[in-house]
Amino acid sequence: MKLPSFDYAAPSTLQEAVSLLGAHAGSALAIAGGQSLLPMLAYRLVAPSLLIDLRRVPGLDAISVTDEGVCLGSKVRWCDVESDARLRTAHPLLAQAVTHVGHSSIRNRGTVGGSLAHADPAAELPGIALTCDAQIAVAGALCPRTIRAEDFFLGPMTTALASDELIVELRFPAWPAARRWAFEELARQRGAFAIAGLALYYDLRDAAAANVHIGVFGAGPRPQRITQAEAALNGRVIDEQAIAAAARTASATVEAIDDVNASAAYRRSLVGTLLERALTRAAQG
Amino acid sequence: MRTTLHVNGKLVEVDVEPRLTLADCLRHELRLTGTHVGCEHGVCGACTIIVDGQAVRSCLVLAVQADGASIQTVEGLAGGDALGPLQTAFRRHHGLQCGFCTPGMLMTAHALLQAEPEASEARIREVLSGNLCRCTGYVGIVKALLDARSAYARPHTREAR
Repeated sequence: MKLPSFDYAAPSTLQEAVSLLGAHAGSALAIAGGQSLLPMLAYRLVAPSLLIDLRRVPGLDAISVTDEGVCLGSKVRWCDVESDARLRTAHPLLAQAVTHVGHSSIRNRGTVGGSLAHADPAAELPGIALTCDAQIAVAGALCPRTIRAEDFFLGPMTTALASDELIVELRFPAWPAARRWAFEELARQRGAFAIAGLALYYDLRDAAAANVHIGVFGAGPRPQRITQAEAALNGRVIDEQAIAAAARTASATVEAIDDVNASAAYRRSLVGTLLERALTRAAQG
Repeated sequence: MRTTLHVNGKLVEVDVEPRLTLADCLRHELRLTGTHVGCEHGVCGACTIIVDGQAVRSCLVLAVQADGASIQTVEGLAGGDALGPLQTAFRRHHGLQCGFCTPGMLMTAHALLQAEPEASEARIREVLSGNLCRCTGYVGIVKALLDARSAYARPHTREAR
């Protein structure tokens, strides 16, 4: 469908963008790459009175890698993440996950902030942010604040972001070089939305797994951690028995939805399989 | 809104509604109907064009967002009536039947081979996965790209062979 009618502004500072959002709170939306928002407009699922284009706002497109971790500005595009060689060691899980986002022409425009704000339950980045205890820095009319990923994603296309707030940055904690990790996703075809995807990492302490993090996206109404499987794996050697038990726990405890792509039962079974594959891969190092 | 675009090397100014997509701007304002519009929500890839050197879906860009951008459409691929090397390869390998997806295929391929003239078949298939074709089964399209690679080879890579 053709897009609904709206006004358009392209402010040149973050402050101006935030005050425009505040002045039209509830009826204005921010746009960067537009790779999620334009389809939403075409389907007329959203009908903003004003689109605030962030393309002239400076300072939101940096990728920084420090001892503290990795920070992605909200206007960082998927293709920027893919072409930044530092991230392959500074955050290999993130680098791997981003290659599964849409197709190359989508990755040339789609942004970090857009994916987080859109909060599609099947999107990779919200799943990675949740898995990795990332924080989302936002600017608003009041004072800037930081929201933990676990508090940010509330449901399908629903976040803790207020209508007058803008995402500024996504912050990942530092990634130890020896960390074990894996990423698995099943989609009908390459670039399509995930029926379910899974990301995990753990650190090794005396040959046993510690600090186990397992995140699932696409299976439920929002990205989720599989905490019972994490607890069962912490302190254990990742062997065949531990993997099989964790997969059973994940299938039993994951929150799964029925939709046109797959039943909830299929998704529960799939998450077990994905965890098995991921743990096997991670254990091989 | 007044919007300035550099389209196939020419500077043009249009006055458009903010809701007009770049695809519709090219087709309806500039009469460049080589760019095809299929799904209008970023799934089919038929409307793919090159903006500032990168392949993008023109149905997922507002014309006003492209203010100041350099745009190449399928009309910019040929030299007058003569087909460019990529188009010639599509013809030779039967890389098209009905032709609806072809402009998007060509622009996706052009952007890929300009950036990666030695792209492998696996890489070509991965990038083309964003463009739907309901006629060919893709085999002819992939062959066309493999064949056209030599026309994009950079001088030093040619010497290396």
